[in-house]
Amino acid sequence: MMAVSDLQTSRAGDSAGHDLLEVSMGPHHPSTHGVFRMNVVLDGETVVKLSPVFGYLHRNHEKIAEKNSYLASIPYTDRLDYICSMTNNWAYVLSVEKLTGLAVPERAEYIRVIVGELTRLFNHACLAGFLLQDMGALGTPLMYAFREREKILDLFESLSGARMMCNYMRFGGCRCDLPDGWLEQAAKTVANFDSFLDHFEALLTGNEIIRARSDGVGVLPAALAINAGVTGPGLRASGVNYDIRKVDKYGIYSRFDFRVPLGERGDVFDRYMVRILEMRQSLKILEAAMRDIPAGAIIDPKAKLRNLRPKAGEAYGRIEGPKGELGFYLISDGSATPYRFRIRPPSLINLTVLEDMCLGHTIADVVIILGSIDIVLGEVDR
Amino acid sequence: MTSSARACLKTRLLMQTLEQIKDRITASFPDARLEIIANGSPANQPSLLLDHAHARQIARFLRDDPALRFDYASNVTGVDWPEKIVKEKIKVKKIIDGVEKEMEEVSDRKTSAFLESVYHLYSMTLGHGPLVIRLRTVNRGDDVALPSLTPVWRSCEFQEREIFDLFGIQFQGHPDLRRILMWDNFVDHPMRKDYVPTDSGEVAL
Repeated sequence: MMAVSDLQTSRAGDSAGHDLLEVSMGPHHPSTHGVFRMNVVLDGETVVKLSPVFGYLHRNHEKIAEKNSYLASIPYTDRLDYICSMTNNWAYVLSVEKLTGLAVPERAEYIRVIVGELTRLFNHACLAGFLLQDMGALGTPLMYAFREREKILDLFESLSGARMMCNYMRFGGCRCDLPDGWLEQAAKTVANFDSFLDHFEALLTGNEIIRARSDGVGVLPAALAINAGVTGPGLRASGVNYDIRKVDKYGIYSRFDFRVPLGERGDVFDRYMVRILEMRQSLKILEAAMRDIPAGAIIDPKAKLRNLRPKAGEAYGRIEGPKGELGFYLISDGSATPYRFRIRPPSLINLTVLEDMCLGHTIADVVIILGSIDIVLGEVDR
Repeated sequence: MTSSARACLKTRLLMQTLEQIKDRITASFPDARLEIIANGSPANQPSLLLDHAHARQIARFLRDDPALRFDYASNVTGVDWPEKIVKEKIKVKKIIDGVEKEMEEVSDRKTSAFLESVYHLYSMTLGHGPLVIRLRTVNRGDDVALPSLTPVWRSCEFQEREIFDLFGIQFQGHPDLRRILMWDNFVDHPMRKDYVPTDSGEVAL
């Protein structure tokens, strides 16, 4: 791989002279995972400049939320990162709980951890599937991941009534209790997931083509990752030990014994591998949570869902979403609608360093570097 | 200890730390005007208002100081505070029938109007946070400039662009201050409180 400075010298010394080519990739391009566009300047096949273009899915969710009651914004959060509606709900209700000082009953905390970690499982599995799809392994790995996701979506459907737009959590707890037999079904799914991962890894991790495409591609140095606010598996792949479940210990995460997998080089392969290892840790958390879940109430009886009027003030709450730090910043002026409602979108902020990771690589590598960041445009554009 | 007492104690500790941070900054920048903004919610997140002249130096100090190391600017956002009329009761002394009496009078006070940018800082190295810092513009009309903190934290790059786009704050020293979510020739700032959408949903180009 040539460094950028080498490229410039080789171009200067090229007597035949050739021009740079500017290509608009997206917004309707299968590898951009939605309506994302990049203006890429190419020297032959090599990227010399890249600028992302946003806004195709912008509906100003934050302004809509300023007109809605606190409760009415929960279903809107489902549609941010529409793969992971449960964790979006969680980040929002956590912020409202910080703003109002509501407590959450034990059982609800366990349910939140269970649905949150299930979400992480299928998000990471699908990401690995999409990444492989971007590398040219059309269909098979993605469909394997989707098959497992279906089982989890079935669980979500029987719990919340919806497969993807769950609208499940409420400030002070959850909307409804687990149906009969749900835990047994979930335990079966989790037990099978481990062998799925073995199977998935046997197929992919050691695969020569995957290694050739991903080793040393799109390297993100740790110092840059921290300064650019990269969070989630992308940050940990660069070797930075920062997992909000460990740092903030929100909810009941201090009770679970799990490790934070770290990468060494911060390349595409590390970002893939960190996610595989995180899924194994999520399985450990899930087993413990499903074993220890107590009976009891699922919502704080003091929680006032309709016409909630928090005292004037502000709060920032955040969780370790599957894609990184998902935060909500709320300002209340004492009325029934938030004065300011801000989403800290990990998908958008993780793209800050996209150009740095792509410079000097080929256009085919741009596709997999973007794939390894893991973005959902519903959250990028809000 | 009841949960409210615990929350109270936590608030005090946090306030103390913010005071300590303020003192630490004042020791290095004696000219800087700093103000602690209280927060009425149980979240225990008071914030520190910085002045324009020292903002970037203080941000660098917060990032590099070995005891603070706020190396990670997590959430960066804007808030619009238009002029508001607040009713206030004030006591006035009046002479009625030759006797001085203290009376209460209700008067209207206009709050000042400004745009604000808010930064939630954490330390990945030391694992603490959040430290909330704020910057305020002079008004919401002709003087809406603030120093950009993107040279200190790259993570502000897209978020400050978004504030510029949706609130109209001019970040000075930002490397690439363009609209990010709205299209380039859009003319207004939709997150301002007084924004009125046009009937067609489009703004005349």
